[in-house]
Amino acid sequence: MKELLSGNEAIARGAYESGVTVAAAYPGTPSTEILENFSRYPGVYAEWAPNEKVALEVGIGASLAGARTLVAMKHVGVNVAADPLLTFAYTGVNGGFILVSADDPGMHSSQNEQDNRNYARFAKIPLLEPSDSQEAKEMVELALDISEQFDTPVMLRTTTRVAHSQSLVEIGGPGARELRPYQKDPQKYLMVPAFARLRRAALEERLVRLREYAEQSPFNFIEWRDQSLGVITSGISYQYVREALPQASVLKIGMTNPLPEAVIRRFAAGVKRLVVVEELEPFIQEQVSSMGIAVTGKELIPNSGELDTGILARNFSEAGLLKMPVNAEAEGSTRSKAPAAPGRPPVLCSGCPHRGLFYALKKLKLTVAGDIGCYTLSGLPPLEAMDWCVCMGASIGAAHGVSKANPAMSGHTVAVIGDSTFLHSGITGLLNMVYNNGSGTVIILDNRTTAMTGHQQHPGTGSTLMGTAAPAVDLETLVKALGVKRVKVVNPLDLAKTLAVLREETAAGEPSVVISRCPCVLLTKAAKPAVLVEKDKCIGCKVCLRLGCPSISVKDRKALVDPVSCTGCGLCIQVCQEGALVKGGNGDA
Amino acid sequence: MLKPVDILMVGVGGQGTILASKILAQAALETGYDIKVSEIHGMAQRGGSVVTQVRLGEKVFSPLIPPGGADVVLAFEKLEGLRLMSFLKPDGTIIINEQEIPPVPVLVGAAEYPPGIIEYISSAARNVVAVNALAIAEKCGNVKAANVVLLGVMACRLPFAREVWERALADRVPAKVLEANKAAFAAGYEYE
Repeated sequence: MKELLSGNEAIARGAYESGVTVAAAYPGTPSTEILENFSRYPGVYAEWAPNEKVALEVGIGASLAGARTLVAMKHVGVNVAADPLLTFAYTGVNGGFILVSADDPGMHSSQNEQDNRNYARFAKIPLLEPSDSQEAKEMVELALDISEQFDTPVMLRTTTRVAHSQSLVEIGGPGARELRPYQKDPQKYLMVPAFARLRRAALEERLVRLREYAEQSPFNFIEWRDQSLGVITSGISYQYVREALPQASVLKIGMTNPLPEAVIRRFAAGVKRLVVVEELEPFIQEQVSSMGIAVTGKELIPNSGELDTGILARNFSEAGLLKMPVNAEAEGSTRSKAPAAPGRPPVLCSGCPHRGLFYALKKLKLTVAGDIGCYTLSGLPPLEAMDWCVCMGASIGAAHGVSKANPAMSGHTVAVIGDSTFLHSGITGLLNMVYNNGSGTVIILDNRTTAMTGHQQHPGTGSTLMGTAAPAVDLETLVKALGVKRVKVVNPLDLAKTLAVLREETAAGEPSVVISRCPCVLLTKAAKPAVLVEKDKCIGCKVCLRLGCPSISVKDRKALVDPVSCTGCGLCIQVCQEGALVKGGNGDA
Repeated sequence: MLKPVDILMVGVGGQGTILASKILAQAALETGYDIKVSEIHGMAQRGGSVVTQVRLGEKVFSPLIPPGGADVVLAFEKLEGLRLMSFLKPDGTIIINEQEIPPVPVLVGAAEYPPGIIEYISSAARNVVAVNALAIAEKCGNVKAANVVLLGVMACRLPFAREVWERALADRVPAKVLEANKAAFAAGYEYE
């Protein structure tokens, strides 16, 4: 039976069919649906860890205990988990272990587009790259087999277009689940220098065997067609090559670390011109080149952003390697005299509690060290209330650094961080601020969920991925235990109170935490009645527009509130100086 | 040999493009097509543009439709139709809902919602079907079925049997709103 599955659904299915019993992850686009889907299969255990490092460590334990294990994360999550990963490569596994890295070329939902294939080479572990959902499922099973046969963690690397594209998958039954017996073996698992040196040698010996294995892998195969042009490719790029260059001979590499050198040499010898087509870095190209083989790749195609059929068709035809197809010309002609289409950027939702907090921060003209979540959207117009955003958890350390470097900025800089992000990697930053006698204000945007990735549970929500009740961390107690003496809780939809607390806390001259607490509006089922406009009072001043609320507009110099999308949060009522915006319903909303 | 069909569905988060693409995919599967569907998740719930690409054929490679390659552009919102009409093949069909959903830059007065979108598209594309899907859906008893009206308008132009569509619809739509959705689909199917 065939089903239409996304790459992420196929990976979850593959894990189930291969006997994986433990999975751990921290949510991150485009990886999130792997665990969400896996957790629904019978007889498995899956959890959201507070961050990717913990997820990977949970996976190490599960593997050592003998279970087949899957750990998943987005590409930048692997940065967080890199520490355990690079030494886990030394110890090797007991039960098969697969790390899924979901990369995001084009940065659809990410702060960078690093190519995580480099991690596999860095860690000296096998790397598999599926190019559709069927391969994604098959490669999960293959990865687990390789992992157990060669005693190594294995990386499966997808990209957004594999993770989030649906294609047909042959569905099988559940795999056998057997715990391998655990045996204490300090020389293998206890990585102190004397033993780590032994494992370092074992790592090199394993790579030699993996190179031999790669030469035989059925996922590395040659399709001979016209031999004047040969293309080496992997992952989603294979699909673009087949469509844009249907005549070219192709070497498709499914196992991209270590590379199958003999297969590559045989292919190179059989074609007149050799090109590597890969998204992002010249990962394959540089290694082929260092084999002494004449090859091009990044000379023809970009090393940033996503590829597609159109880019390949255009660039190969410009290089004289392809006759221009008809379609590629069409773009310019239909676009010529079109009216300009204004952008439709994502925005904070109608009724989003973050809006109140960021409106207040803007009003106080504070410098805002930002973090990763929905609230990062407040950096865009009209709020423009965030100064920078780097990575998960970075806001607190950066705000502390600002205050140590530049006293003039210190009372005017705050860190903002979501509840899930704070629990991910903000706690240590706050501990550092307290320990090093900092004086910053840290605002925890506690909307009771991991909103940006689609409302996943976390250690503060009181529930787990499997749907069981769990202890919810008490943020006030937690930050006090770190040594913060000043802890205030505000409802960000109460603007006057929020402004007063922010004024007071930024002037305090000691570490202070403001918990801006209001559940994500998308979790709140019962909306209040929509706000009403008293047209005779509205003077068309547009102050309400400064909130950037998608329910508010101004037409013919009068405010308009969309009664369908307005949730009645009341922020606009508070910013209107004329009393023209009023509560809907019976006035008791 | 099944003729390849590429369909680009564009709209704004919340308009029901994903349900429409699921019904389409199911109908295509039953008809025997290979199929790839590509969606970008993550930002849809935050009011951004939503683009779903559906590719059908004997064997589909890339999940992405090249610019100028779509046989059908199904626009759930006018501005999104304008933004992505460069994907339309010269002899392709653009079906466009007359609904306007102003983006935030327009709401805050930083940009203008372009006037005359349908007039422009009618002059630039050969096959244009403009539909007031909201009004039709309302007549059918459920304003939220506008997506299914649009699906119906597209359905009569694709090479699948009407019963196949209707089965897919019944499988994917909750029972309590099925009647209104059936009526919406029929109204779309018989439109023009």
